[in-house]
Amino acid sequence: MLRLERRPQPSRTWVWAAPVLAVVLTMLAGGVLFAALGKDPVAAIRLIFWDPLFSQQFAAFSRPQLLVKAAPLILIAIGLAIGFRANIWNIGAEGQYIIGALCAAAVALAFFPAGPVDARFLGLEFTMDSAPSRWWLFPLMIAAGAAGGFVWAMIPAILKTRFNTNEILVSLLLVYVAEKLLAAAALGWLRNPEGAGFPGSRNLSRFPEAANLELIPNTGMHWGVVAAIIAVIFGYILLHRHMLGFQVQLAGQAPRAARFAGVAPARLVIFCLGLSGLMAGMAGMFEVTGPARMITIDFNAGYGFVAIIVAFLGRLHPVGIVLAGFLMALTYIGGELAQFTLGLPSAAIQVFQGMLLFFLLALDMLSNYRIRLTAREVTP
Amino acid sequence: MIASMDLSSINPVVLAAALMVAATPILLAAIGELVVEKAGVLNLGVEGMMITGAVTGFAFAVATGNPYLGMLAAVAGGAGLALIFALLTQYLMANQVATGLALTLFGLGFSALLGQGYSGVSPPRTPRMDFGPLADIPVLGPILFRHDPLVYVSLIIVAAVWWFLRYSRAGRILRAVGENHDAAHALGYRVRLVRVAAIAFGGACAGLGGAYLSLIRVPQWTEGMTAGAGWIALALVVFAAWRPWRALLGAYLFGGIVTLQLTLQAAGWRIPVEYLAMAPYLVTIVVLVIMSSGRARRTLSAPGSLGRPFHAAG
Repeated sequence: MLRLERRPQPSRTWVWAAPVLAVVLTMLAGGVLFAALGKDPVAAIRLIFWDPLFSQQFAAFSRPQLLVKAAPLILIAIGLAIGFRANIWNIGAEGQYIIGALCAAAVALAFFPAGPVDARFLGLEFTMDSAPSRWWLFPLMIAAGAAGGFVWAMIPAILKTRFNTNEILVSLLLVYVAEKLLAAAALGWLRNPEGAGFPGSRNLSRFPEAANLELIPNTGMHWGVVAAIIAVIFGYILLHRHMLGFQVQLAGQAPRAARFAGVAPARLVIFCLGLSGLMAGMAGMFEVTGPARMITIDFNAGYGFVAIIVAFLGRLHPVGIVLAGFLMALTYIGGELAQFTLGLPSAAIQVFQGMLLFFLLALDMLSNYRIRLTAREVTP
Repeated sequence: MIASMDLSSINPVVLAAALMVAATPILLAAIGELVVEKAGVLNLGVEGMMITGAVTGFAFAVATGNPYLGMLAAVAGGAGLALIFALLTQYLMANQVATGLALTLFGLGFSALLGQGYSGVSPPRTPRMDFGPLADIPVLGPILFRHDPLVYVSLIIVAAVWWFLRYSRAGRILRAVGENHDAAHALGYRVRLVRVAAIAFGGACAGLGGAYLSLIRVPQWTEGMTAGAGWIALALVVFAAWRPWRALLGAYLFGGIVTLQLTLQAAGWRIPVEYLAMAPYLVTIVVLVIMSSGRARRTLSAPGSLGRPFHAAG
């Protein structure tokens, strides 16, 4: 008879082997799924995991996309992981991401050059000769995005600390509110006045001071990637080299001990939710000014939710999150490729990502428990 | 139809009748989750199970031409997804919060995949119950006696759950498992088995709630059509303080807010539609705050072992 025996300490081997095995199992199960959809499973898996990086035909386009897609996932996941370690569940990062993007776009559009600066008749895309350079605008937008995400996350944080309201439900419900706000903005107060009545804001990529452009051509490197790198380093120092990280860990594993050790639970809730909201808001800012280019009704691509998978897959560890972020980015890019070339439905990738989390959670058992084969127990 | 009204013609009878319809999907999902939580398990995957039920119910109803077969398929779909949750949390000891989220993420993707090709398709109509002369009673007739069968089924389920938890032996065992699983285990009750059964029941109810949306309330399939109804159902369980009749009250109050909001939208209220559409979520948050703070909190009776993993040592 199989019996589970709790390990005194999680197995270090399995903690890191579980995600690798989970990916392999997901590929197998995904293959079955793709076959069931009438697609060649080997070709589909190859298209998702290999071709974006190494195929002659696609890699030139796909490789830069890897950074573009991984950066927001990593940036959000780092913030979430810190909270998850302390058993503080911010699952509304998607909402904080949207609000961050809205705030940043609002700041940018408030400073949109008033006069007609269209110089296309001169053969130029854009000129800004008359106005003095406004170098401060972009940093201001980053601050606005971070503040937006922070404030949105403060709602569940304060409700949790003041009224003991469940932060999981509140942060999640606020995603729907944020989505409605996004729709209201795209149709109303942020709509492009020269957009012929179509929903959506002005195109921020045509506004050089506010645009988050590629820093090195054809690499996908933009300011969001820089922010993600800083976040990873910051997260590592905080979690592994700083007292606060120890407190976070302690609060998650032994809340009573943490209280005796002088960790104020309320302050920790504010800190964890605030930090993850701030990071999600910044991710939204870099996205709307960069790859997304403008506010549209559905500009959010679910990064806030997929980042939850990234955080778990990366073992709530900054280095793991980087690897997991690239892997999930790959499934996005490969999924798009498979959509174009094989006609694989985009929802199949969502299923794929969900399955990955299932397998991971199942295999995690192996890091916390030992499977023992025992003779059938006799009840004393 | 509510959609063709202006403000002057808001009719309280129509509103009350529409309220019951608006409340039924979340009532079904909430009463299922209530039983799950009474058994000491927190399944945050209600949204995922609901939308899976919505799509399996829709697909089966369209394929067979019979809405009731569709509803059975929805029950099976919701329960099937719930059993994945049961396997992961009860046997593989996975974290309940994370697994619930995984269920929702997976369910949203899975339903979108299954639902391809069904957009714009009309499901077979579910006939209304025929109560004969009762339906002609002024005021009460249109409010109470002109609905589809599921409205009444949901009320029967609420009553049955209330009776089960309060008076049946099995219900007492379930509550014991939820209050203190170690004690229940020591008494010889099979904690895991009870919990798996409760989880499956919760999934079945959520699936049925989803099918109510896709087959009766809307009735159509669109991706992500549950739009947070599963999360609102979770909040409803807190509002209900884990009591079945209060879940009914909460669901109908909530249905009233949704109906009013839709009526105002249709009446061309000056507030943009997007802001009105926030109302259900904001109201839910406010209710959660009121329920979890101050005096109200003391009357809350959250099951003692809620969300805690059970592992029989030794």
